[in-house]
Amino acid sequence: MSTQDSYVTEDGRTIGPTVMEMKNITLRFGGVKAITDISFDIREGEIRAIIGPNGAGKSSMLNVISGFYVPQEGEVWYKGAKRPPMRPYQVAQQGIARTFQNIALFEGMTVLDNVMTGRIRQMTTGLLGQAIWKGKAEREEVENREAVEKIIDFLEIQAIRKTPVGRLPYGLKKRVELARALAAEPSILLLDEPMAGMNVEEKEDMSRFILDMNDEFGTTIALIEHDMGVVMDLSDRVVVMDYGKKIGDGTPTEVRNNQAVIDAYLGVAHD
Amino acid sequence: MPEQLVFAMEVFANGLMSGVLYALVALGFVLIYKASGIFNFAQGVMALFAAMTLVGIQNGQIPFAHLINAIFGTHIHHFGWNVPSFAALILTVGVMILLAWAVQKFVFRHLVGQEPIILFMATIGLAYFLEGFADLMWNSEIKTLTFCLPGELCLPQGMNTAIDEAAFDAWGVGFFIDNLDISAAIVAIVLVVALVAFSQYTKQGRAMRAVADDHQAALSVGISLNFIWVLVWSLAGFVALVAGIMWGAKSGVQFSLSLIALKALPVLMLGGFTSIPGAIVGGLIIGVGEKMFEYCFGIGQCFGGIINLGGATENWFAYVLALVFLVFRPQGLFGEKIIERV
Repeated sequence: MSTQDSYVTEDGRTIGPTVMEMKNITLRFGGVKAITDISFDIREGEIRAIIGPNGAGKSSMLNVISGFYVPQEGEVWYKGAKRPPMRPYQVAQQGIARTFQNIALFEGMTVLDNVMTGRIRQMTTGLLGQAIWKGKAEREEVENREAVEKIIDFLEIQAIRKTPVGRLPYGLKKRVELARALAAEPSILLLDEPMAGMNVEEKEDMSRFILDMNDEFGTTIALIEHDMGVVMDLSDRVVVMDYGKKIGDGTPTEVRNNQAVIDAYLGVAHD
Repeated sequence: MPEQLVFAMEVFANGLMSGVLYALVALGFVLIYKASGIFNFAQGVMALFAAMTLVGIQNGQIPFAHLINAIFGTHIHHFGWNVPSFAALILTVGVMILLAWAVQKFVFRHLVGQEPIILFMATIGLAYFLEGFADLMWNSEIKTLTFCLPGELCLPQGMNTAIDEAAFDAWGVGFFIDNLDISAAIVAIVLVVALVAFSQYTKQGRAMRAVADDHQAALSVGISLNFIWVLVWSLAGFVALVAGIMWGAKSGVQFSLSLIALKALPVLMLGGFTSIPGAIVGGLIIGVGEKMFEYCFGIGQCFGGIINLGGATENWFAYVLALVFLVFRPQGLFGEKIIERV
């Protein structure tokens, strides 16, 4: 099967052609190789997981995709074109949204304002127009506000719309961060450990949101997660990393039966 | 009305008005501090530089005339034309934006992620550089500032005018308020309302607050930090220009103008470094406080003159008040209290 063909999954979702491809990415910090020669692709509409033990280079990989790190070698292809080296804000403007492992929200701003910042890509009025505000800028503000309210409803955070984010508990902060990323209507949504530090109930909520997002909006999602159960349930395809190298790539079932993956997770007996 | 009471009210009103001018300077500090965590010591000098540039352009002065004359042995000083105030204002705004861009490009871009104290030291350097630069560019004479908008709408002159011309006699009881102070108050109110609206309801305003809060998160939603910093320094430059015009009209454009920045410090201690309303309220409290204190205890007009410190309390009152605040409420009246979850 060529990677450009669309296909329909067992649960009836359509997976489209490749939207992003990483080709032979190598990332070094001084003498330390965080990522060694990794290639994989992300297809439109799929949930793609990156897993691996601690220190495997998963977060580094996500940072390469979102432009926070620039790899020394390799190419990033996005929507059929090679991406030149870019700053993170330029990557975001291209439609790649992300969340962070340690939550990066605007703590002093309300939930609503936080989610509104996600719409910056959709608001095109220039500085002068914004300063005058009447006309296009006002119209734009109203339209985007509506879109944001929809997302707030969707993620069930209506009750805390006007609350400054700094006052929220951890689980809700994670959800607000997700809302902000989703508000950008991204082509690819990158989630860095969306369920880290959550209890079972919160994890179930978050899993439901991720599946619904993918299902209802057709959002392409690439996520890093530690909880193997969650990953196997959620994702269409999984990349497995260990010590900065790719050791497996395929459907959850394929990956589960991959000997290298089993060794990485359970350890190998040295005789 | 008893003369004593009218006098006290006059002092009070005057305090309010000079408070507005303090607030204008403090506002520039707050803008930059909020968005980039930099305490900009050069804010006062920026006001001076802006006012000098405005006057220089208005009078058709040739920039760097002394330097050019010294090098080439020429004797040029003026272009020989006068630029209308409004056009000069636009040009000066342009110069301030250029300055903002240069400051970002040549100084703070290279200091991203440094300790606050290092950024602060850089602004002290900037203050000295700018002061010298202003001197070199426009020379150091004291200049009068006349500012007229199209339609003969002129900013009242505070300097060198008779009392009944410069002041406005409310209710005809000899209750004098400086015309310039009234204009300054109106301008300040408009400026503050506009700034607050801009930061609350526009895309760039939201981006400004976002950058103030978290750089990484701001990047991840597609905000260019550099652009926002240039924007913020430009806004601060604009506020400095307004402050410079007001102070310049009041007491002439001269180098002591940069010292008004020092009075903004206690204002900030009171209002909090991160609050725009705080800067206003802080400015008013300091303005009124120092005038009333001088009236009551400095020259002994209250309580039958039991306490009479012999005047000149205006010089230190603000700092003592700030000190009291530092002890009992370090974040100021409106500053964000730092709460950390454990």
